[in-house]
Amino acid sequence: MADAVLDAKGMNCPLPILKTKKALQTMQPGGLLEVLATDPGSVADFESFCRQTGNQLVSSIKEGDVFKFVLKRK
Amino acid sequence: MDPKPNDALIDELIKRRLDEILPQKIEQVLAERREKTPGSLTIIATKGTLDWAYPPFILGSTAAALGWNVSMFFTFYGLQLLRKDLSFLKVSPLGNPGMPMKMPFGPEWFRHVNWNIPNAVQSIVPGFESLASTLMKQTIHNKGVATIPELREMAIEAGVKLIGCQMTVDLFGFSRDDFIPEVKEYVGAATFLPMARDADVSLFI
Repeated sequence: MADAVLDAKGMNCPLPILKTKKALQTMQPGGLLEVLATDPGSVADFESFCRQTGNQLVSSIKEGDVFKFVLKRK
Repeated sequence: MDPKPNDALIDELIKRRLDEILPQKIEQVLAERREKTPGSLTIIATKGTLDWAYPPFILGSTAAALGWNVSMFFTFYGLQLLRKDLSFLKVSPLGNPGMPMKMPFGPEWFRHVNWNIPNAVQSIVPGFESLASTLMKQTIHNKGVATIPELREMAIEAGVKLIGCQMTVDLFGFSRDDFIPEVKEYVGAATFLPMARDADVSLFI
């Protein structure tokens, strides 16, 4: 289960990514962060974010209108 | 034994071998270096209106979130984006045919109407720009997009370097006191251009 949850629902680019970066900074390496978002552009953004920063995108699913991402801090 | 022919043969062999392995080796080293070094971005921001404030701050803060090295040079009207109080930021629809003018309130069908108000009307009505700016801010808020002060704050937190143009400060009679203290330095083009040269991506906004 996630160590922390970030609710980014209703936020548009680039807020989900910016807030995620901030949240990850406060976590321990290996910690899991779950992010909830409604911005459809966030799917590609989170993949790119993880590729660029080396954090791992553990899962990326859509539940109804909400996109759920689980990231593992490197 | 005559040493010369052997030397020539060795040279030839070395040259051929290098031709074989060097291109691949060079590509490998470059790829490794590219993976290890974070990207870098420089932005020259030259506009001071509400709509044009978004591209530089969004691009700058997102690049910083991706771990890039970001420097932003604010010159001419772009310098206004470094003011302490950003509530003055306005957007003008006048002569701006690319701007969709939709009301950010009311029933759905009403919100989809694009009001094409003629320039002549816009220029006569006093306070039209303020009205347009208020409506734009409401639209931005409705869609969950950050305000400019928020974006600027997040950019600063993410480590974006904000650089002011000293010439512009002099030109418009500004004082460094008008601007936020987080501005790293005030320089000229001769200082900023080398920074832009070293960056992977350099944008003029």
